[in-house]
Amino acid sequence: MADDLLVAHGLVVSYGQPRGLFARGRSSATVLHGVDIRVGKGETVGIVGESGSGKTTLGRALLGLVNPTAGSVVFDGSDITALDEKARRPLRRRMQMIFQDPMSSLNPRHTIGRILIEPIILHGLAESQKAARGLVNGVLDRVGLSRNTVDRYSYELSGGQRQRVGIARAVVLRPDFVLADEIVSGLDVSTQAQVLRLLKELTGEMHLALAFISHDLSVVRSICQRVVVMREGRVVEEGLCERVFAAPAAAYTRALIDAIPLPTVDPGWLTSGASVEVAATA
Amino acid sequence: MTMPRLSIETLSAISLRDGNRPILRRVSLAVGTGEVHGLVGESGAGKSTIAKAILGIVPSQVRIADGRIDFEGRDLLSLSARELREILGRDIALIPQDPSTALNPARRIDAQMTDGLRLKRNLLTSEARRRARALLEEVQIRDPDRVLKSYPHQLSGGMRQRVLIAAAFALEPKLVIADEPTTALDVTVQKQILRLIRSLQERHGTSVLFVSHDLGVVAKICDRVTVLYMGKVVEQGTTAEVLNSPRHAYTKALLAANPRYDRPDTGLEPTPPEVVAALRAEIAAFDAGVMGSRHG
Repeated sequence: MADDLLVAHGLVVSYGQPRGLFARGRSSATVLHGVDIRVGKGETVGIVGESGSGKTTLGRALLGLVNPTAGSVVFDGSDITALDEKARRPLRRRMQMIFQDPMSSLNPRHTIGRILIEPIILHGLAESQKAARGLVNGVLDRVGLSRNTVDRYSYELSGGQRQRVGIARAVVLRPDFVLADEIVSGLDVSTQAQVLRLLKELTGEMHLALAFISHDLSVVRSICQRVVVMREGRVVEEGLCERVFAAPAAAYTRALIDAIPLPTVDPGWLTSGASVEVAATA
Repeated sequence: MTMPRLSIETLSAISLRDGNRPILRRVSLAVGTGEVHGLVGESGAGKSTIAKAILGIVPSQVRIADGRIDFEGRDLLSLSARELREILGRDIALIPQDPSTALNPARRIDAQMTDGLRLKRNLLTSEARRRARALLEEVQIRDPDRVLKSYPHQLSGGMRQRVLIAAAFALEPKLVIADEPTTALDVTVQKQILRLIRSLQERHGTSVLFVSHDLGVVAKICDRVTVLYMGKVVEQGTTAEVLNSPRHAYTKALLAANPRYDRPDTGLEPTPPEVVAALRAEIAAFDAGVMGSRHG
């Protein structure tokens, strides 16, 4: 097993806690109930679950974007929950994120060149604009975008191209850890295949640790080594993909896998399997 | 197959905003009585345009250039707005994609469900409500009285989609257009919703045109499938024929791009460039032929 890079222990996240007089009566909602998760160096870990499982909140807590109510997140030896913003800054470069919707995560008023160059300069990875441009050209080549993409705006690009920009922006900073949250959910299957292949290759080449959040278990199976299954703010199962998909230990994992419609004709499928209790209210 | 319930013949449409670019290229397909017919393709394939053409709601920048949509012997494209309205809701119903925007947020479920029953079936309010309650039970909602009294925001996505399915089947339509009805749902809920649509459809002998980008979903619910690429039919057949022995390279490519948890080493194959080139050539030749015949 790889050395630990990111280890979260006993994570509890609650939102909307009553604060002061006017917030009285507002009940707090606990989204994570004591979650443990570890990501080894260079390891790809899928975080799966349905809506409301807490997977997105977990991802945000791992990056220090949400302050947990309890628990710790240790990145390469230091507990980021105990650090103030200034002390976290050097870690920011090493922990990157790729977002679900690149249309809303890429500033429409900045050229792709500016979007890619600014963080390079900010994190001091290049001495000059010229050197930064060199890094940008290199990463554009690698993600399969033409170099003149730097002069374009996000709205001029296709969904697949935008997601390549999202990947380029994350990996150009040479991070150790990348969080990808539902990054292919809006894409056509052929575009999805290209983006996932690229990400899989990059994690291998760069020895990149990846936490890949998805509702799609087939996608997770195709690019992750390990998988964490979440339900209602708790981890219900965790293990190597090979084992979990072949012999799920939790009934919920089994139900999730059984519910995936494979593109095979199987008349018994619709009426088969245990059904999972569905929440009646929003 | 007996006389099809819905028969689309050489339906062509162009985008007026985009230099009269073709968006449907002589699409023909037939949906038999009691058949679930899948319409699959990637974004821009024209799936939604076909659904909208049937419902008479193509956007203003789209013009139907040619073709017929025969429903029970009448060409829907030639009907007046009033004649079409008569048929919609009563004989043709829609299950929309997004259960969160399809319901009026300011009206309770009972009011929204009883509209059609009162207006198209001339039921009294009390009868309509009884019928609505029975329909909610039919879509396996355990506490129909509470749901009837609720506003949409008080229900989960899966519950809202059940309500919309109940509403679509309320008037016992002959044809249901299901436009990506499970795309916004979790997989466990998706399976229940698919099961529900299939069982209602079988019980009532309804024909369904099932629009989807997901070959897995199509495999589980459809009897026949039409595969579209850039507004052109590339393959048509029974679900088993199309999925088990696809003839067109594009259908094969779609299947190969699909990740499958049971085959982790396959899938994720991007569409080979030669397949894309051949498709583009096919489209260009088709457009040239259409233009040629138009001018000749």
